[in-house]
Amino acid sequence: MSTTEAQVVPAGTWAVDKVHSHIGFAVNYMAGTFTGSFSDLEAELRDGTLRGSARVSSIQVKDPNLAAHLQAPDFFDTERHPEITFESDDIRRGGEHLTIDGEITLKGHTEPVEITGVITDPIQDPYGGERLGLKLEAKIDRTKFGVNWNNPLPSGEPALADEVTLIAELQLSKQA
Amino acid sequence: MRVLGISGSLRRESHNTKLLRVAGEMFEADGVEFEIYEGLKLVPPYDEDDDRDPAPAAVARLRQAVAGADAVFFSTPEYNASIPGQLKNAIDWLSRPIGSSALTNKPVAVIGASTGMFGAVWAQAELRKSLATAGARVVEGEVPVGHAHTRFDEDGGLNDPNIAEQVRDVVDTLTGAADTAHEAEMRREAVAA
Repeated sequence: MSTTEAQVVPAGTWAVDKVHSHIGFAVNYMAGTFTGSFSDLEAELRDGTLRGSARVSSIQVKDPNLAAHLQAPDFFDTERHPEITFESDDIRRGGEHLTIDGEITLKGHTEPVEITGVITDPIQDPYGGERLGLKLEAKIDRTKFGVNWNNPLPSGEPALADEVTLIAELQLSKQA
Repeated sequence: MRVLGISGSLRRESHNTKLLRVAGEMFEADGVEFEIYEGLKLVPPYDEDDDRDPAPAAVARLRQAVAGADAVFFSTPEYNASIPGQLKNAIDWLSRPIGSSALTNKPVAVIGASTGMFGAVWAQAELRKSLATAGARVVEGEVPVGHAHTRFDEDGGLNDPNIAEQVRDVVDTLTGAADTAHEAEMRREAVAA
């Protein structure tokens, strides 16, 4: 942690407001985009380092059969790898725009990732606290994390893309 | 360790059941208990109206046998380019309740035999797909035993050492997967305690 990093985001500890935050994913599937999210999440910005995690068992999709399949060894393998985690190594800022280098761990594989997004300046919330917002996005190749399921279309092309967009919209409140 | 064998063929002289017996001898030589499930024929057609507690007796027995095994070893023939209906029906019962069924995270392996030249490769692929979708931990490995009616000697042993070696590989892979699953479970229990 250099002092430069401490200056690009506000100092101190900022903890996630779970109710007003969202961690999800989007992936091209057949002719459109399939999306899902994780309702049980953690995130914290502390002294210029961003850490986040999501419980895979809290996955939210629109079909319970699919939710079960996504937790099976074909996809996330929740039994062996119950969490997806992220930790930043470096945060750079230009105006409201952020570029974050870090590592994501998913299904037991840790890979470097570049996240881009925006940060708000801290505001006073109605509860007497201070909070800021982060909107972040990263693209990962799911096959690098051992998530290889697919199903060929009649054309022979795979139905599910390898590239997955991870999305986080976080509200973080200043801790005393 | 206990491994349950399930043959997709119901007939008495089934090549797939013979193939399971060959695999069973390999498991037993390694000190692994092995039992071939009897009673697949008794499992009624899947009907969600009947999928209640208590489950039909033949279904409860099947679920209990799978739940009580450390791993399941399937051998399937190929009917009309896919798996036999009764085997698929058993998977459908075993896959419920979704996410917490007897198959959830269960290490499983699939091999197969057919009297044709392709050795039930399509059926094996379909069975692997169904099992994985049901949440099972499907191990790598495929053994296509073609011309199955020519592959066994009078004692029921395989007369082709290459095929025996392929079966051996899948047996070893499944045993390893069951060991890993067992160790992972021990770790989880230690953390929970």
